[in-house]
Amino acid sequence: MDTRNFTYMFYGFAVAWLVVVLYVLTLVSRERKLREEMRRLKSMIETGDRR
Amino acid sequence: MREKLIYGTGVFAAALLVYNLYVMLMNLPDEAAQGAVYRIIFFHVPAAWSFMIGALAAMVASILFLVRKDFKYDAFAAATTEVILVFGAINLITGMIWARYAWGIWWAWDARLTSMLISWLMYGGYLMLREALDEPTQRARFAAVLSILTFPGVIVTWNAIKWWRTQHPGPVLSIQGNKNGMDADMQNTLYLNFLAILLFTGILIAVRMRQEILRRELDGLRREAHSI
Repeated sequence: MDTRNFTYMFYGFAVAWLVVVLYVLTLVSRERKLREEMRRLKSMIETGDRR
Repeated sequence: MREKLIYGTGVFAAALLVYNLYVMLMNLPDEAAQGAVYRIIFFHVPAAWSFMIGALAAMVASILFLVRKDFKYDAFAAATTEVILVFGAINLITGMIWARYAWGIWWAWDARLTSMLISWLMYGGYLMLREALDEPTQRARFAAVLSILTFPGVIVTWNAIKWWRTQHPGPVLSIQGNKNGMDADMQNTLYLNFLAILLFTGILIAVRMRQEILRRELDGLRREAHSI
């Protein structure tokens, strides 16, 4: 098998997976930030209501 | 129930991807002219189809938003556009890698490649427009119009290999009318990988749409917090 040929196939596969993995990590990080801000705002509103 | 459906679909899509990878690398022979590198098509083409189907879905959702003024359609269009940009990027980059080997160059300004790049950049502009506008109704309305106006570019991309003689290869699948194109086993693997990638696209859209709804709730909570 032509190794250069195989190398380009590997690059193609690797890029496809890498782009998806990076995006999934972005989604996870964004979800965490949104939930954290949601929790913070809810506690702020509850504290404000009690006053 | 919705969470279980997302996880269940995710497990099925992942298993299908692993099976497809096994078939691609272990069962299918190298292509006569290109050798091993032709296998890039198993990700390149499904990524393009996911991009185009997602663009169609985003356009339909945008029309529905303008007609019904329901923000769930706006959330769907925004989520879908962001996810299809990922698959558009996979399509463009894997295509460039294949081109570097097959043509000896990374890029050619032919009709298919150029129209795909323009469509991808336009959908990137859609997301930038959303970030630039603060008022939710104005943001949703302007974004919906841009999504509708961008979609014809996707139709041009789809038909570019039929309308013009391009550097990009012509149709190779039997469903595209080429009976002497790709081997049947290779085509079956391509369709199965398309199914896996389409399911994965759907999962990412569902997760991203939930975030868009969460962000809208946050906007409401912020207003409430400011008023205290």
